[in-house]
Amino acid sequence: MAPLLEIKGLKTHFSTDDGILQAVDGVDISINRGETLCVVGESGCGKTVTAMSILKLIAMPPGRIAAGQIIFEGRDLVPLTSNQLDEIRAKEIGFIFQEPMTSLNPVLTVGEQIAESLRRHEAVTKKQALERTIEMLKLVQIPNAEGRVHNYPHQFSGGMRQRVMIAMALACKPKLIIADEPTTALDVTIQAQILDLLQDMKERFGMAVMLITHAMGVVAETAQRVVVMYAGKVVEEAGVDELFGDPRHPYTQGLIRSIPRIDLDSEHKTRLEAIGGSVPILINPPVGCRFAPRCRHAMSVCTEKEPLLREVSPGHRMACHLGDTQLGAAP
Amino acid sequence: MSQYVLRRLLIAIPSLLGISLVLFVVLALAPGDPFSELATNPNVPPEVAAALRAKFGLDDPIYLRYLHWLSAMAHGDWGFSFVSRMNVDALILQRLPATLYVIGSAQILALLIAIPVGVYAATKPYSLFDQIANVLAFVGFSLPTFFTGILFILIFSVTLDWLPFVYSSDIKATGIRWVLEMIRQAIMPVAVLGLFQAASMTRFVRSAMLDVIRLDYVTTARAKGLGQAKVIVKHVMRNAMIPVVTLIALQMPAVFGGAIVTEQIFRIPGIGSLLISSILSNDTPVVMAVTFVFACLVVLFNLIADVLYGWLDPRISLR
Repeated sequence: MAPLLEIKGLKTHFSTDDGILQAVDGVDISINRGETLCVVGESGCGKTVTAMSILKLIAMPPGRIAAGQIIFEGRDLVPLTSNQLDEIRAKEIGFIFQEPMTSLNPVLTVGEQIAESLRRHEAVTKKQALERTIEMLKLVQIPNAEGRVHNYPHQFSGGMRQRVMIAMALACKPKLIIADEPTTALDVTIQAQILDLLQDMKERFGMAVMLITHAMGVVAETAQRVVVMYAGKVVEEAGVDELFGDPRHPYTQGLIRSIPRIDLDSEHKTRLEAIGGSVPILINPPVGCRFAPRCRHAMSVCTEKEPLLREVSPGHRMACHLGDTQLGAAP
Repeated sequence: MSQYVLRRLLIAIPSLLGISLVLFVVLALAPGDPFSELATNPNVPPEVAAALRAKFGLDDPIYLRYLHWLSAMAHGDWGFSFVSRMNVDALILQRLPATLYVIGSAQILALLIAIPVGVYAATKPYSLFDQIANVLAFVGFSLPTFFTGILFILIFSVTLDWLPFVYSSDIKATGIRWVLEMIRQAIMPVAVLGLFQAASMTRFVRSAMLDVIRLDYVTTARAKGLGQAKVIVKHVMRNAMIPVVTLIALQMPAVFGGAIVTEQIFRIPGIGSLLISSILSNDTPVVMAVTFVFACLVVLFNLIADVLYGWLDPRISLR
């Protein structure tokens, strides 16, 4: 079956005073119906820009989709105008943003903000929209939904606001939810609640979820498939068990090694490993592998030729010059 | 809310008292008073002038005169204009309509220009439209009204002879003719004052819009598929207007001040020209009353700004 969403060779560039910033440079991602796909990578690797490009929510200008296709249910979204995309936004693809504190309009009640999405996409009366909104708020477990629907965002805590955001994204029952670091701004106990809620909703409505995160713990808990991004490119893609059990790309290995472990006893405890260096600036990026300057396995070929994404085992792809046997033995 | 307004009005009393004291002292220290002309008038014997001065208490110590003025004001007696030979409150009420008509129309004109232009410019920053609007705004608030006013008179009254350049408060016409004549003679002063206001307001609106347009909740609204117009009006404008409305309300007293100049140029018999002529003729009671009215306006518009702020922004509760 064709995937629900297929991103092919997406390039999103931003023009800056210093030159063209290639935030996303040839990304291929596909999401099947009903599946949870995690996109991981450190800040600045292009995860958010990739997600925002799908519905053209990046600022254009200076942003620009330079190349690629974004095929949603067999239809390429890239050539569509903003007006045409409005039919897909929220109705087919819902968005949950990172910052619940700033992603809600402070001067409108949460009810108005959820209802306006319903009223835009479905033929409902004001009263029906309000009822549906209350129903959604109950679904995301907001206590006293009938009363809270008329409250303003500042009257909610961070976790409650994120629940409102989820209710808003789910209101029109989209086929795909894109959640851009939905738990990053929340404290740890709330994070788990929100992830559970997202999981519940996904099962209830049978939608696909594209979860963007930099927390490997979140990935392990929620994903079926994982895409690892680095410096605007996909470096590895695999099923979640395969990725954690047999990471092939040195960057993925580094990411996994940087997860704090509390399950090891004291004699096995080692210093937490960090990946040295930082993400390169994507204006005139170096030729060859973009991870090479930070890679402990870097060879001469890495700075000369760009490694292409290749399949190393069924459903497991990665982009690295190292042979699979060599890397498997690496520390 | 009403409690808040009441409390703010009560707080305003001491500040108005302070303002009146300062105004009174400054005017008392200034050379000349309503009877200074009598002293140099050879037709008035010195003892008559002295008797008049004594009668009106002009030679009393300053604190006595202030208390006298204060108690009169408290009784609703605004004083008597020796130059116009009528009560000051009647004089002000007679002059006020012309001022309100011109200033009100100018403000409406300014808003009608500034909001659409500012909003549209902000949705397309650095576009040709935005650049032109910016240049015109700079030109607009760089040119003082006394310059543009005279320029307008030269072009539209002297050269083209389309519009009258002296504002008349008693038009000899009735019915629709009167209305048309009132509009015709107000066009130039309203345009001069309104365009000047619009220039700076456009800049406020544009920058307030640009501040909001890049915020996260605007992206949220876009992600709902609401469409550009709805996103701009419902989500961006609604928030951007909060600082703009406050600024406009706070600016109102300055607008009255600016109107003084415009009223002089176009000879509008308003409260501003009354102030100027009173200062020139040493008509202290009128000067005192008009400046005090301006002070009350400042206090009043500050209160209006705060109330509007609380009304527009649900995060602020007025208690």
